Amino acid sequence: MSSELITKYFREERLPHIWCPGCGHGIATRAVMEAVDRLGWEKDDVCIVSGIGCSSRAPGYLDFNTLHTTHGRALAFATGIKLAKPHLHVIVLTGDGDTSAIGGNHLIHAARRNIDITTVVYNNYIYGMTGGQYSPTTPFHDKGTTAPYGNIDQPFDICSLAQAAGATYVARSTVFHAKQLSQFVEKALQKKGFSLVEAISSCPTYYGRKNKKGSAVDMMNFLKFRAVPSSRFAALSEKEKLEHVETGEFINRTAPEYTESYQKIIDLVQERKESK
Amino acid sequence: METESKLMQGNEACVMGALHAGMRFFAGYPITPSTEIAELSSLLLPKHGGKFIQMEDEIASMAAAIGASIAGVKSMTATSGPGFSLKQENLGYAAMAEIPCVIVNVQRCGPSTGLPTSPAQGDIMQARWGTHGDHPMIVLTPSSVSETFSLTVHAFNLAEQFMTPVILLMDEVVGHMREKVNMTKLQSMPPYNRRRFDGNPDEYYAYRPDQSLTPALMPFGEGYRYHITGLYHDETGFPTNSTENARNQLTRLHQKIEDQDVLCLYEEVNVDEEVDLLILSYGSTYRSARKAARLARKEGKNIGEFRVISLWPSPEEAILKAAKRAKAILVVEMNEGQYVQEIERIVKNEAPIHFLGNGAGELIDPEDVYQKIEEVLTCQANS
Amino acid sequence: MANKNVHLRINPSWCKGCGICVAFCPKGVLSIVEEKVSITDEELCIRCGLCEQRCPDYAIYLEED
Repeated sequence: MSSELITKYFREERLPHIWCPGCGHGIATRAVMEAVDRLGWEKDDVCIVSGIGCSSRAPGYLDFNTLHTTHGRALAFATGIKLAKPHLHVIVLTGDGDTSAIGGNHLIHAARRNIDITTVVYNNYIYGMTGGQYSPTTPFHDKGTTAPYGNIDQPFDICSLAQAAGATYVARSTVFHAKQLSQFVEKALQKKGFSLVEAISSCPTYYGRKNKKGSAVDMMNFLKFRAVPSSRFAALSEKEKLEHVETGEFINRTAPEYTESYQKIIDLVQERKESK
Repeated sequence: METESKLMQGNEACVMGALHAGMRFFAGYPITPSTEIAELSSLLLPKHGGKFIQMEDEIASMAAAIGASIAGVKSMTATSGPGFSLKQENLGYAAMAEIPCVIVNVQRCGPSTGLPTSPAQGDIMQARWGTHGDHPMIVLTPSSVSETFSLTVHAFNLAEQFMTPVILLMDEVVGHMREKVNMTKLQSMPPYNRRRFDGNPDEYYAYRPDQSLTPALMPFGEGYRYHITGLYHDETGFPTNSTENARNQLTRLHQKIEDQDVLCLYEEVNVDEEVDLLILSYGSTYRSARKAARLARKEGKNIGEFRVISLWPSPEEAILKAAKRAKAILVVEMNEGQYVQEIERIVKNEAPIHFLGNGAGELIDPEDVYQKIEEVLTCQANS
Repeated sequence: MANKNVHLRINPSWCKGCGICVAFCPKGVLSIVEEKVSITDEELCIRCGLCEQRCPDYAIYLEED
């Protein structure tokens, strides 16, 4: 018993999923599927890759070619798949820890190459699967089980990171703004190049509890009221910026795509071979 | 028929063998003394319609090679010492998820950065046990340039046949030396392609093994949508926490490569009858052992030779059989004593085992081996 | 006027009772009863689909007859 979208794109026999009550990851995954549905892609042509963590369990629930890899390495596996078979639409579903800590190197280099992969980062500011340790996106002074006195690391802005590294489409929305999130994902999927959408998710079980953020509903309300579009975010004071989440599209540009550039090399050397 | 011969470097022979076997994807990272493999792959792959990528690190190149294989393209990565350490986690992933690929390790002197341009055979145990958990591993080691070609082809074929990563354990000497190879003969080796499932997608179970205990994983994107994970999984590919399932899966992973003749590779010289001493060696070190053994035989000493080609799984029966005909065994390897432990495990008390090794970056000369032969024979005579 | 051919459906076995759909339903159509979502008054439903979009568990959705 489920909606058409779920029936069409999810492996219903695997549901209900393992995510906690009120976890935003289910919302984000549905938003990604809505975007795929709007594009009308054949499921056989789509490959969904993940690493390790709560977010990375998503592909197992989705009826595509799905690959659950090692911690942090989803983009490296995805790069092999995409380069080997460029006709496949390759989507990476990952988390803040998976993609910006252990997988940080792969993120910046996939962006630098501008390989046609769409990465959706489910950012819940915490390592959920291992029970609530602080991650590279945990805000300054927030708590985790490994930051009992408050986090003294400065957090990464994953969108800025991806943009600076060379991604050609970068956007951020939240699981409260599921419709906007899905629209950004749709544009990311259509981008011929490396695209990244950061989905601010919520983890009531660990991040919420550790930092007294209240219930799942309270955390959704936080996203509702603290998400500010780029146009207005710029006008906020530095202190206010820390208390809000900037949403919107940060870059949307065109640059040579990696697998296409490689194909040009193949065409060139094979032409030379023939003309010899 | 005219025979085509070529003068070739070991690392070059590896690439030529790989291309012959059907390699169409290479992911790597520069590291001495394996870099020529990446360089030549980058030059030749596009000519064959294949792809080369220099990844951001060793971990990523292992991952990308696995990814390409999942998409159905025969893939390889090559590295040396430190890079081999970095690849271990994803190597285990490939073993668990049963993804064929070839990992070349041109061994150099370690530990750590060690002596980057000096040879060693110090990764024998790491090749077998490097990734965490209990896992099977196929490891082949060539002694010549020509054999580097043939074993690379064999490595690809075994990977595809058994749906598993295969390690080609070269060493700096074999990797960098140049020898004449008979291309006509080598290129007659038939490549093997992984088994396919030709039934209906509804009836497809990615991890349902056939009689040979190997699954037929269809390339992604061909209409068979399934799930791959490094978690223990059932025949659908989906994870399960069942300990019974884990037991069955682990047993099958081991059994599929146990007791297979095609995995049992070795070479024997002068072991038909009883010998006073059996020299056991492999890789480039065998070349020194062989020279010393020949010299000793010329002088009337009764010496046999056993060269291991498939280090793992070890050719256990053949080693034991040869050991039973030997009054003593001398294991020669370019490390501080690694494969000798496997020989001790196999031979037990059938014959006393002596060891000659060096893990500090220096070749073991034929003279060193010869001296050791004399020492062992004297020791035998006195006992 | 809401489309009367479209109905609100619930799959209680998937509902984890987080209450997100209830809190953000613009018309107060839903409530949590014994830790599961329940439809209080479908007449009030405007078929906006926000509950479906924001349900982390795919336990509530709109379905056309």
